[in-house]
Amino acid sequence: MKDGRAPSPSFPSEGGGSLSRGLDEVSPPPTKTGEAGKAVGIETIGMTMRFGNFTALDDVSIRVKPGSFHALLGENGAGKSTLVKCIMGFYHATSGNLLIDGFDGDVKDPKDAHAKGLGMVYQHFTLVPALTAAENLVISRADVPAVIDWAAEMKALTAFMDAMPFRVPLGEPVHRLAAGEKQKLEILKQLYLGRRFLILDEPTSVLTPDEADEVLGHVAALCKAGELSVLMISHKFREVTAFADEVTVLRRGKHVGGGKVAELSHQDMAAMMMGDAKPADPAPRAETTGETVLALTGARAADRSGLKQIAIETLQVRAGEIVGIAGISGNGQMELMEILTGQRALAAGGVTVHGVPYAATRAEERRLKVRYLPEEPLQNACAPRMSVAENIGFRSFETGRAKPRFWLAPGAMRRRAEALVADYKVKCASIDSPIASLSGGNVQRAVLSRELDGDVDLLVISNPCFGLDFTAVAEIRSRIMRARNSGTAVLLLSEDLDEILELADRVLVMADGSLVYECTAAEADIPTIGHHMGGHA
Amino acid sequence: MSGDIGLWAVPVAMLGGAIRVSTPFLFVSLGEVITERSGRINLGLEGTLVFGAMAGYAVAYHTNSAWAGVLAAALAGSAFGLVHGLLCSLPKVNDIAIGIALMLLGTGLAFFFGKPYIQPVAPDLPAINLGWWSDLPQVQAALRVNVLFLLGAALAVALAWMLRKTRIGLTLRVVGDSSDAARALGISPARVRIQATAFGGALAGIGGAYLSLFYPGSWNEGISSGQGLIAVALVIFARWSPVNCFFAAMLFGAAGALGPALQSVGVTQGYYLSYAAPFVLTLIVLILSSSKTGALTGAPRELSITK
Ligand SMILES: Nc1ncnc2c1ncn2[C@@H]1O[C@H](COP(=O)(O)OP(=O)(O)OP(=O)(O)O)[C@@H](O)[C@H]1O
Ligand SMILES: [Mg+2]
Repeated sequence: MKDGRAPSPSFPSEGGGSLSRGLDEVSPPPTKTGEAGKAVGIETIGMTMRFGNFTALDDVSIRVKPGSFHALLGENGAGKSTLVKCIMGFYHATSGNLLIDGFDGDVKDPKDAHAKGLGMVYQHFTLVPALTAAENLVISRADVPAVIDWAAEMKALTAFMDAMPFRVPLGEPVHRLAAGEKQKLEILKQLYLGRRFLILDEPTSVLTPDEADEVLGHVAALCKAGELSVLMISHKFREVTAFADEVTVLRRGKHVGGGKVAELSHQDMAAMMMGDAKPADPAPRAETTGETVLALTGARAADRSGLKQIAIETLQVRAGEIVGIAGISGNGQMELMEILTGQRALAAGGVTVHGVPYAATRAEERRLKVRYLPEEPLQNACAPRMSVAENIGFRSFETGRAKPRFWLAPGAMRRRAEALVADYKVKCASIDSPIASLSGGNVQRAVLSRELDGDVDLLVISNPCFGLDFTAVAEIRSRIMRARNSGTAVLLLSEDLDEILELADRVLVMADGSLVYECTAAEADIPTIGHHMGGHA
Repeated sequence: MSGDIGLWAVPVAMLGGAIRVSTPFLFVSLGEVITERSGRINLGLEGTLVFGAMAGYAVAYHTNSAWAGVLAAALAGSAFGLVHGLLCSLPKVNDIAIGIALMLLGTGLAFFFGKPYIQPVAPDLPAINLGWWSDLPQVQAALRVNVLFLLGAALAVALAWMLRKTRIGLTLRVVGDSSDAARALGISPARVRIQATAFGGALAGIGGAYLSLFYPGSWNEGISSGQGLIAVALVIFARWSPVNCFFAAMLFGAAGALGPALQSVGVTQGYYLSYAAPFVLTLIVLILSSSKTGALTGAPRELSITK
């Protein structure tokens, strides 16, 4: 029994209706685990999770003390998301137990977890796109009144928002918010709901480092104050060192190490994550010259909201060159990608590849050897419910002979998929499982294996290392560099400035739908680029 | 006939026609708005409408009460909706296919059970005379408004309010927009969809009762000229807004009244072409409101046609 729980003797408990309210304030009802203002701790004991005969989680025991900020590290597909989904009752562990504040947790489903004070920000957004931010917050509460008094709710929400170090417009429908705003809103939602134990699954993937510090700093302060415990999955060592107290490392579903963050270096954590594997060495940058492959001139198109315009006067990428486009997300990168993939019509101007007008038809893509990796590849480059093998076959299922195939060749498709899955180390239960069941990073690898396979003259990629662990990042980047060295023209759109500075030969900055700054990699200067990214040219 | 108002007779007759003809459109499309807002499409409402017309007429005849007929039609309709909702909750079942099957089943059952009721006369639903202030018989005729029309108009406003301001409305929109988000909130999408489809069916049944108990006011096998299907298209035109449904239904009602109105002022040639006006209007509206880029704005994202 905790202190506040015993009924205070000065209030007779048979006091009746009017008194019981006051009584509640003095001593919270003893049934609730998530006491107001008090962090909740959890512990898993021997958690095992099998999908068919694939073991995603193998006898994992972790302990998150009340009020601590605990980081969960591991490679792509290590089982991090699976573990936290078991804690939240989203999956039911094959075996193992969950303790909440030392008592048997017995979480049946996410709703039950919420009632016990547990909350989670999922790797994929779970906001309702058509509802406004305010509606999303209110409907997620357990006690929504039958008729909602919006005037009062808005007042309360504004007051809540004013107490936060970061804000999100309340009246906008969520589908109009930028990715970073959505991510902040997800976290705000959990704070609004008064969670006492918060799971964050890669919470900063679309935030700039400054935004990430703001958000995590606020959450860490709540932990210090003993109001909240946090279990955060992250691939960013910087964030782990800056905010976490303790760390647990998973590898292939097993608990392989952990400890106090203060006592561990980045190398130690990396070593635990990888085991004996070694990250790929960065490929050297070869001297290349080549002629222009991709050229965009006077391109005009409507942006996603239809209110602003994308205007690109000229953009050229030559063979054997990586052109990096830096910019804060939502400044037209997605639209540029859509123009190049033929998903967005141009109002004016044109695209040429090898000097030929290009409309991104399948025939042109094949003839001119153009490949893409769009952002959110599961939505934009996969058929989520089709198998890994089928998804890998999308570029090649009807080729392989002089004329297009009519009948598919399932055997050849499987062999290709198996080879690529092995080559790119895609972790999946089987190549016949739906690609949607792969972990976030492995979807990325599977798509890359398809797009980088064979001869590529032009590669257009958007955030290729989103959500990847550091081994995968090193490997993907060296593959991109090798493609460049062998004469591929690469257009790289990335929100990660470090990635651009590492890979690009030429850096462009996109702000407000236009390319506003250009420099070579040698003259690149972070403050100047940052200045242009902010649109204060 | 006194008070010759010349060509003014056409708009007056169209207004009257709009009020009279629009009611079934209004009820069916309001029901479908609620169903589609939950992420399901029920194409079977045409069958529900016809069955509702038959059931309403039969019960009104036996009980001698038109309102009992309306109630029976609503119950029959919600039973059809419930069947649709339950079947579609099974894995790998497509709502469009089930809808078409239920449309055929509904009309078939209605014709089967309705045979004995083609001859008898059942009581009519009451109408309110809103044209008392005018001496013109045309205006009086146009403003003889059925109670169900007024109820439908009030319902449109009430549903719009419900979608914005109540827990039920928000829950419905959550489910229609994202099953994943709904599950994360602990809402069962299947349950909400079943309820929404049953509600939609009940309204379609009432729309049918209006046909057989007020206008045209008798039961026969040709009672519906596709109102149930057009109303589903109306929902898209109305962008899933109940209040827009009201205006859309009025517009289609007016278009449907064009033919008879022209005939009444003595246009004898080619007026029958104007009977096609609602259908042509459906096509034009759907073409105009279509978009080459991206999904329809305002469409619930869980609908099988927008996914
Ligand atoms: N529903 C499922 N069915 C089958 N296999 C699954 C399912 N969910 C996850 N897996 C498998 O379990 C393994 C662990 O996946 P999980 O999503 O937990 O990885 P993760 O550590 O979160 O990786 P990432 O950093 O890429 O997000 C993966 O190999 C994945 O393919
Ligand atoms: Mg994950």
